[in-house]
Order: sequence, then structure tokens, then C-alpha cells
Amino acid sequence: MIFFSQIATKPWTDEQIAVDDQFSGHTFPLPKAMLALRFLLAVVTVFFVLLTIAYSSRMSFQDWKSLPEPSLLWFNTALLLISSLVYRWTRSATLKQHDSQVKIGLFLVGVLAFGFLIGQLIVWQQLADLGHFASANPANGFFYLITGIHGLHLLGGLIAWGRTTIRVLRGKIPQDKLCLSVEMCALYWSFLLVVWLAMFLLLLVT
Amino acid sequence: MTETTSVEDESVPPLEVPEMDLYHPHSFITRWIFSQDAKVIAIQYSLVAITIGMVALVLSWLMRLQLGFPDSFDFIDAADYYQFITMHGMIMVVYLLTALFLGGFGNYLIPLMVGARDMVFPYINMLSFWIYFLAVIVLVTSFFSPGGPTGAGWTLYPPQAITSGTPGQESGIILMLASLMLFIVGFTMGGLNYVVTILQARARGMTLMRMPLTLWGIFIATVLALFAFPALFVASLMMMFDKVLETSFFMPAMVEFGEKMSYGGGSPILFQHLFWFFGHPEVYIVALPAFGIVSDLIAVHARKNIFGYRMMVWAIVGIGALAFMVWAHHMYVSGMNPYFGFFFATTTLIIAIPTALKVYNWVLTLWRGSIHLTLPMLFSLGFILTFVNGGITGLFLGNVIIDVPLSDTMFVVAHFHMVMGVAPIMVIFGAIYHWYPLITGRMLHNGMGQFHFWVTFIGAYAIYFPMHYLGFIGVPRRYFELGETSFIPDSAHDLNAFITIAALVVGFAQLVFLFNLFWSRRNGTVAEPNPWKATTLEWQTEHMPPTHGNFGKDLPVVYRWAYDFSVPGAESDFVPQNMATKDIKLAEGMTASDLKAEKT
Repeated sequence: MIFFSQIATKPWTDEQIAVDDQFSGHTFPLPKAMLALRFLLAVVTVFFVLLTIAYSSRMSFQDWKSLPEPSLLWFNTALLLISSLVYRWTRSATLKQHDSQVKIGLFLVGVLAFGFLIGQLIVWQQLADLGHFASANPANGFFYLITGIHGLHLLGGLIAWGRTTIRVLRGKIPQDKLCLSVEMCALYWSFLLVVWLAMFLLLLVT
Repeated sequence: MTETTSVEDESVPPLEVPEMDLYHPHSFITRWIFSQDAKVIAIQYSLVAITIGMVALVLSWLMRLQLGFPDSFDFIDAADYYQFITMHGMIMVVYLLTALFLGGFGNYLIPLMVGARDMVFPYINMLSFWIYFLAVIVLVTSFFSPGGPTGAGWTLYPPQAITSGTPGQESGIILMLASLMLFIVGFTMGGLNYVVTILQARARGMTLMRMPLTLWGIFIATVLALFAFPALFVASLMMMFDKVLETSFFMPAMVEFGEKMSYGGGSPILFQHLFWFFGHPEVYIVALPAFGIVSDLIAVHARKNIFGYRMMVWAIVGIGALAFMVWAHHMYVSGMNPYFGFFFATTTLIIAIPTALKVYNWVLTLWRGSIHLTLPMLFSLGFILTFVNGGITGLFLGNVIIDVPLSDTMFVVAHFHMVMGVAPIMVIFGAIYHWYPLITGRMLHNGMGQFHFWVTFIGAYAIYFPMHYLGFIGVPRRYFELGETSFIPDSAHDLNAFITIAALVVGFAQLVFLFNLFWSRRNGTVAEPNPWKATTLEWQTEHMPPTHGNFGKDLPVVYRWAYDFSVPGAESDFVPQNMATKDIKLAEGMTASDLKAEKT
């Protein structure tokens, strides 16, 4: 709404000139990095929505055969959920400047995230052992595609996590930057959790 | 020169956006190669885009040679021809136009025009260029791979894109898909920079509605690209799976050389939807920056404020939104529910409204303006004419009933070359003639420029006007040779030969332009500061060309919109954006109140 109210103004009128002269800064009350992250999340959302549309469209063809859902997927989902909650807890710890809790939180997030990724790879292995290769059926192809893409996004998040963790361990990060960094990581992680839950639900119900 | 406004001035708001921590290069490599300065990155983007664009230009000559004089060139066979059209199309649309408008002009102009020292994430900006460069390298590699580059047509439609018989099906298609995915990753990095810099790093006083239309065009085009490219990424990735892992996302059951292939059940139409969900916004990703830039060129070189600035902004935003609702008009002959056809034909006609509004506003800006027939103005006028011509044939093709007989004929080729080939390139040329003095400190040679303009403009019409006629009489596109086709008269062959000669002449004019670019860098007339007497901030820097950090000690403060030309009462016929009202020199016999009264 801020955007639309701004583009309704007449910048050449004296009244508006007086208002515009007092403009000092940014369009949205957000740090630049946070705005960039929100845009990125919007782009990634479009990406997964398109994948979902392609999935739904392809599903309607007769050759579609649903995949079995290995129970390990539930365990992996729980890992991702817990890691997201730990990230939130770490974020509160940064705000309260509890350094040791921040370190513990970041360590736990790393362990859980790698656990999730390893778990997903094991699921791939289990499906392959049962003969469910990517080319065997379109449902299989989509499963590998969606889980693979989600995993890659998670790996991207781990790069940001690694950068933040190293700077925390070195103790060279100013408090405000630490708060922003952890908040962004936590937001990205929550987003990936929501994406995974949506994709998992899609795989379960189809 | 620079208006470094005193920070103690009461009318100046306090600094809310802190000064950015600039990365200062310490060596030749960090200054000119792995540079984080948006201006250097812009030049890197532009040079790579123009270089690969030259490859596409040469490919078009080869195609025209074959079409104009079939059976005359032994070194062009049918497979080569399909590879030429594919690579020509993809390079021109994605690797030249998109990269040059957003990576080139976007990088150079955004920080300068908003009054910032650099992009907000310089390191990511640098990565963006290098990933783009890698994408271009991967693309070029396909020329030397077994089987050569893909010849699937720039739309890369499956199933033929990955089945045998299509040139480049061995590895060319894989390299093309990989290159596109790299391009999209690189663009996303740059795109986030452009959007956030425009939204969050503007100078004091630079509200959104004080931004020049160049920035509006680049801004909305970037938003479009950020949301459209994922569709191409998804399509490329799924096709890569189909090719490499033999999945069947897009591949139907097929028989090849009498044997059933492993594919089955896939939907080629699904690919088309994904491709065009990207492909149509792509037209506006190229057009919107052109719309924005040409608006500023016209205002500056006609010494007049742009007519209907707010409408122009709304039209850009409106076109951006509508761009996502018209994609299936590229698929009328692919088969769809008739109601869908009706819907997409209607939205296609609706998008003509804001587009026509822009054309009216350009013409009304020129109306009673002080038109200087400089090279940027000539190219701008060339753009308006060409865009109107290309746009009108778009109205023909947007209607299902007219599109069906014209589909896959040379009429379509003529249409899209006029509207999204020649027209935006006219703006690119105009923009280069306009901003070259800012970038290099020298003027481009006017004589060579005049030759370039007239040959390009007249030549483009010599190429594409007859091509519409060829389409009307049914000459199909994407045919290696017409042979003895009964319904095509001999005159069509003569016309094809004429078009080829015209294309070669226009191609030569581009070589003259390139020569001018390099020659004038050393030998051009030294440009005076702000040679076009423009109002926007990029011309108000302390040094010209602007140095690292763009502005002097203090960032500029903005007091007005970008179109204060010929302000009644002012001595000069332009008032820079960073000049306070109290600093404006009044014309003889005028008082400050006259200035204010006239403006109101």
C-alpha cells in the first residue's frame, strides 16, 4: 500500500514538493538485506508454485503411479521442524545477547540441518533400492526433482548459517549485525519449512 | 556542476540512510576485472553482451544468405540453418537485450540516478556478472561440442528439442539448458540488487515519483524478470531431467527408427505454458527499460517535461502486471479451450491500452517541444515509428482468428523483429549516443552516427516491411529453403534476395557503429560536463566520467522531479534535480514569485 499511495502523488505541484523535500531514506522500513531476502523468498515461492502447477497438470495423465512414502520422510520433517524452532529460539537469544545460547542454537541448527539432508539422501537410496528411479514414472521424477531442489535451497541456507556461525565463533560480529543475520537465517529456514510441508503434503495426498 | 548542498540547510531532511561502506580496489585486478563498482560491472556486462550479440548478428547474415540465395552456399546445410536461427534468437533475446538493458544500463544508471554511491550489495553484483559470463561461455562452448549447438528453435519445444533428427540433440541442448539456468541464477543476484537499490538507497528528497522514467522502466522490468525467469528455470530443469535422466515430464510416447522410446505420457504443451509464462513477460523485460529510457531521451532532447508523467508510471506498472496474463496468445495453434483463447485475446488487446497511452504521451511531449535532432533524438523518433508499426501488427496476431492463418509465417517474424528487435535496439543506440559522453568523457563521432542511424532505420524497414508481405502470401518461417512450392510466386524469391542485401547493408552499418565506439574513445571530441543539459543526477557528479563512489564528499540532495525543462522564469532551460529553488538563476525581469506562480 505504501507503494501505491506514493505513485499517486503529483511531484510537480508546490504542495507535493514541500512534502517530497522532507523525504529521507527508504521506501520500506526494513534493512536492505531483509528486503532483498523477502524478494528472494517471493521469487522462490513462484518457483515452487510453478513446480506444483506442473505436478498437478502432469498428474492428470493416465500413466501416473503414486510413490510409496518412506516413513523416514516423517522423521526428516520432524528434524526440519525442530531446527526451525531452534532457529527461532536462537534469534531470541541474540536479542537477549545470551552468547552461549546463540552458539548452542547455531550448533544444533547445523546438526539438525545436516541430519535432514542426510535423511533425504537415505530416502532417495531406499526408493532407488525398490526400483523407483526417476525415469520409472513421472511421480518419481517429480519426487526427486522437488526434494532435490528443496535440498539445494537448504544448502544455500547452510552457507548463510556457516558464515554467521564462523563470525559468532570469532566474536567479530557487532550485535546489530548478528541480530539481523540470525533473524534472516531464521526467516529463510521457516520459509523452507513451510515449503517442505506444502511439498510433503502434495506428495502425501497424491 | 555538482550541487553539494550544505547539510546545515534547514530544508534538508536528516540523513536516515547511512553512508555505505564502499569496497575500495587496491589492484588492477580488483579495479577492472573482479570489480565491485557497478559502473565497471555495467561496462563488463555491456562488452560481453555486445560481443555475443555480434555472433548472433553474423548468424543472421548466414541465415539471410541461405534464404536470399538458396543452393549457393555449400557450407550451410539444413542442420546449420536451424542451429543459426536457434542461437540467433536466444542470444539476441536473452544474452544481448536482457543483459544489456538490465546488466548494462541498469548497473550504470541505477546508483547514479538515485543518488547512491553504488549498488547495495556490490559483491553479489560482481558475482552476478561472472555467472552471466560463465553462462555465455557455456553457450559458446556448444558451438564446439559434438553435434554443435541446439537447432530446436529459440523456443526449445519438446519433444523435438531432445530427440534425434534435431541438430544439437547430443550435447548442444544440454549446454543450452545449463547456460540458461546459470543466466537466471546470475540475473537473480543482479536483479535483487537493482530492486533494493531503487527502493532503499535513494538520495534524500528522491521520492519514487521524482525518479526519472528510465529508472521506472528498469525497476518494473527487473521485478518482471525476477518473477518470470523461474518459469524458464523450471522448464529448463525439467527438460534437462527428460534429456539426461529420461524422465517424461514433457515427452510423450514416441517411436524412433521403428523402436518405442522409453518416454511416455509427458506433456509438450506443459512446456509451452511454462516457456511462454516466461516468454511473454520477457518481451516487456526488454520493452519496459526501452520505454523508460526513450521517455528521458525525448524529454531531454525536446527540452520539455514528459507529458503525463504519472500516467507513464502507471502505464509501466500496468503493463508489468498485464504481462503475466497474456502468455497463451503464443499458443493459439497449439490447441486450447476456445474460452481460453478468448480470454488471452482479450487481455492481449487490453495491454495495448497502456502501451498506446505511452505512445501518445511521447508524441505529446514532442508537440511544440524544442526538438533537437541529435542522434539520441533521431533514434528515439525511429523507435516510436518502429514500435507503432510492430505494435499494430501485434493487434493482428493477438486475435485468434487472424493469428491462425498467419501463424508460423514470415509475418510473425516481421512483427516480433519490429516490436522487440529493432524498436528496443533503436533505444539502445539512442541511449549509447546519449550516455557515451558520461561513460567515456568524449562524444561519439556525429558523421558516423548519422550514417549509422539512417542506414539502420531505412534498412530495417527495407528488411521487415517486405517480410510482412511474404507472410501474407504464405511464406513459412523456419524453412531452410522453399524449393518449388507452387503457391509461392517467383517474386517472393526476388524479395528474399532483396531482404538479404538490405540485411547485409544494415549489418555493415553496425560495424561502423562499433568502430565509432572504439575510435571515439580516444579520438572523439572531449565532452563538456552535462553536454545535453540534462536534469538527472548522473550528469551532476563532481567528475565526468564519475569516479568510484559516484559523488563527491556529500551525496546529492534532490529538490525536484526529473523534468524541470523550460521552467518559466528561470534563466536556464533546465533545472537539475539537485538544485534548490533558491539557487535557480532567474531570467531578466523575473522574480522568485514569478517562478513559483508559473510552476503552480
